[in-house]
Amino acid sequence: MSEQGPAFDLSYVANLARLELSEEDVAMFEPQLQGILSYMEKLDAIDVSGIEPTAHANPVLNVTRPDEVCPSLPVEEALRNAPKSANDQFVVPKVVE
Amino acid sequence: MSLASQTIKGLQTLLQKKEIQPKEIIDSVAEAAAVRDGAIGGYLGLDQELAHRDAEEISGGVLAGIPIGIKDLLNVKGQPCGCASKILSNYIAPYDATSIAKLRASGGVPFGRANMDEFAMGSSNENSSIKPVHNPWDLERIPGGSSGGSAAIVAADEAIAALGSDTGGSIRQPAAFCGCVGLKPTYGRVSRFGLTAFASSLDQIGPLTKTVEDAAILLGAISGGDKNDSTCLDESVPDYVADLQGDIKGMKLGMPKEFFGEGIDPAIRASVEEAAKQFESLGAEIVEVSLPHTEQAVAVYYIIATAEASANLARFDGVRYGYRAPDAENLGEQYAKSRAQGFGNEVKLRILLGTYVLSSGYYDAYYLRAQKLRTLIRQDFTSAFETVDAIIGPVSPIAPFKIGENVSDPLAMYLADIYTISANLAGICGLSLPCGYMTPSDGQRELPIGLQILGAPFDEGKVLKLGHNFEQSTEWHQRRPSLG
Repeated sequence: MSEQGPAFDLSYVANLARLELSEEDVAMFEPQLQGILSYMEKLDAIDVSGIEPTAHANPVLNVTRPDEVCPSLPVEEALRNAPKSANDQFVVPKVVE
Repeated sequence: MSLASQTIKGLQTLLQKKEIQPKEIIDSVAEAAAVRDGAIGGYLGLDQELAHRDAEEISGGVLAGIPIGIKDLLNVKGQPCGCASKILSNYIAPYDATSIAKLRASGGVPFGRANMDEFAMGSSNENSSIKPVHNPWDLERIPGGSSGGSAAIVAADEAIAALGSDTGGSIRQPAAFCGCVGLKPTYGRVSRFGLTAFASSLDQIGPLTKTVEDAAILLGAISGGDKNDSTCLDESVPDYVADLQGDIKGMKLGMPKEFFGEGIDPAIRASVEEAAKQFESLGAEIVEVSLPHTEQAVAVYYIIATAEASANLARFDGVRYGYRAPDAENLGEQYAKSRAQGFGNEVKLRILLGTYVLSSGYYDAYYLRAQKLRTLIRQDFTSAFETVDAIIGPVSPIAPFKIGENVSDPLAMYLADIYTISANLAGICGLSLPCGYMTPSDGQRELPIGLQILGAPFDEGKVLKLGHNFEQSTEWHQRRPSLG
């Protein structure tokens, strides 16, 4: 990662994260992220060739349960926290013309 | 002594003899909170009437009639669950988390929303978007985090016990800073269903209590398999309280040399070394062990935890729940503006970091590499537990600092998590309990020091037994902060 360096395009990352940043935000986050990413370069010193990655500490595979119909959250309750809803659905700004 | 100052164990006896009613305990906790919490800030809310109603419905169980404080990221049906975030300020939980359902099944009454770092991101509780928590031992200082509210209300006798969550030390470190007991269970011991996710491969719910015995009682109540969380293992739940009995003669305890190197406060080091001697006097054998990848743990953790957080927190988009920005013209803007206006700075920083380490071109260099190093960190513990029963060491290299002292330097805060985060990466269990007190160079007041006991997966019984033996042979757990 050092050849790429910790330099990165903050506005590109912010867009991926769906996070609007103000100029003040950029001025604050950029040096903080640079500092953290520089610190993370220390991982380069460890040889990890041939090591399997760990995604979960206690891996369990193929946990299944009987495919049975069970009660679930009633629609009314699922919508109770919605900022806007109508006709048993969430309302969002128009996405297709 | 007020009922709020009691332990679970003490109240069990009083309730069984019918000397007191559950309502009186709830009222005593509410009164203690009314008197002390203005200065401490450990609670975000307390619904006394609801707790009274809940208490009336109890039919029995090991926690029958005992109120338990709940960290603000655990869903309790009908109560706010705001994760100390503006983005969830109006959120009402539509269901009980499994740990809460189990708590109720044991007769416990969820009472009070405990303050925390927003979305459990922080080690100082300064990242709560509602208000900071003050350390009961010195109100100018942080209580630790992210379960800072849970630890502070227990330490200040504003609660009997509390539930918290631990992703990188968020139960153990505030327990150490506030002088109470905190347990992070093995990954898969307690269901995460209904716990607002921060980093799903690291999060665990656990107890914060006044004694090790209380931690054993509460852990027993919330543990066990869950069909709603496939990572929660269907291992049998032992009788943790019965397991406390007996001595620890012949048990072998490892002290990792990497936990006593550069950066540790000399007073903390001395106190933990003294605790090791105490274990020797109880008949345990102390040996040196090595956890060679300790130095890499902070970097590995902050890659994996932020990567998972960036994915988990994608659900806060202003559509189904939470804050929606009023000024968005299209859906994309609604996402970006709602999140910008709803999240606090530390949460944004971690989302950005997590998004970056997962992004195209950087995934292999950061995320995949961190996952491989996680394998090595896990192997370090597996090897150590082949030769020792448990590992002992400090919880934090530093004493609780003054509120505001480190807010502009997130990396400095991350580095102080060094002794706790590797347990989450390895998925093992860990207990924190008081082992001494110190007066820092920049203060006059005594501050607690925490001892950490780490155990192999599902070895909570052994860790609790060690902690109980240590606790009962010392007087550290009997001290209380002098408030007011």
